[in-house]
Amino acid sequence: MSAALFIDITLWGSVAVLAFLVWKRGRVVALASAREGAMDFINIVPRIALGVIGSGFIAAIIPPEIITGWLGPDSGWLGVLTATIAGGLTPGGPVVGFSIGAVALKVGGGTPQVIAYVVAWALFAFQRLILWEIPFMPAKFVWFRAAVSLPFPFLAAALSMAIGKP
Amino acid sequence: MPRCAAGTKQDGTFHPDPIHLADSPKDPADDSTDAEAPRKQRKPIGWSMIFIAVLVAVSVILVWRRDGMHGVTEILFGDLALFGGILPRVLAGCLLGAFITEILPHEKVSRSLGPKSGLKGLLIATAFGAILPGGPFTAYPVAAALLTVGADFGATIAMVVSWTLIGYGRAVAWELPILGTDFTLWRIAISVPIPILAGALGRMVYVRLYRRGETE
Repeated sequence: MSAALFIDITLWGSVAVLAFLVWKRGRVVALASAREGAMDFINIVPRIALGVIGSGFIAAIIPPEIITGWLGPDSGWLGVLTATIAGGLTPGGPVVGFSIGAVALKVGGGTPQVIAYVVAWALFAFQRLILWEIPFMPAKFVWFRAAVSLPFPFLAAALSMAIGKP
Repeated sequence: MPRCAAGTKQDGTFHPDPIHLADSPKDPADDSTDAEAPRKQRKPIGWSMIFIAVLVAVSVILVWRRDGMHGVTEILFGDLALFGGILPRVLAGCLLGAFITEILPHEKVSRSLGPKSGLKGLLIATAFGAILPGGPFTAYPVAAALLTVGADFGATIAMVVSWTLIGYGRAVAWELPILGTDFTLWRIAISVPIPILAGALGRMVYVRLYRRGETE
């Protein structure tokens, strides 16, 4: 709760500072800019609504065991590969992604595999790409970024294997 | 006016394929609004939305068959509450993106985050992504704004990846409580080089793919 409050304060504080800076450039510019932002908001709301309200249902039909089953500490690079694919396929918001990671750790998943899972989920979970990135950004950039990100869960797992456990 | 500035940035060299938003259809009908601010086009509902809508519809039916109406409403109300909580932040993110587009000097951005910004540009973008407040509702509008004002794909990738992997917002709000401090700090420490590497890789691939005819 306090974390959420902290985020809200920094977020709206940044908006206020930027609004002030824009305002100093003139009233017309500031109003046009604010209207632009508000129009973006109105355009994006239906997509966010679909995403946020829908993601609970998508997450509800995927049993977490499917994702956590293959990430054991002896699974090695195959486990890392599985973790990466699972991370990309995991639907839902941060609660789902991190909870599955936590479950995997609890049921004996290996640290490199779980790190690969969390990193892959953070980098290219398909649902976030479609629901958050595509509405805001050029599609070409989004797919390009996802493609470029592919090696990095493996790199993170390799680093984790090399350095050892926390 | 600002779009012209963005198009002729970098020593007046002519870029046949401008790196920013090269893909965004520049609808002539949109030009009236573009005169005020150099913004991206607004997309119509595309295939991706239809795909997700179908996926959601199928999921709702499956949940309904498994748990009955009670299961459906339970998830629905939970998600509606989440949606209500997120909405103001989405607005804040959109405003942030619009203001940044207005404020950031295009010349400066394309110099410090453009295709020729080198490692320094990637470092700046990484630091920016790491300190950016908020969630996806902030990161993506701001990243889109950076592309609009002249950052290249590489720097923008570094920023988005940095936000997603080492940004504190999600880590503090979700990862710490769920996965614990040890794992989270460990994961973040391992992730530190990734934004820079991803940005560098992105820049390298981008040059090979899209800007072959140009002098670097």
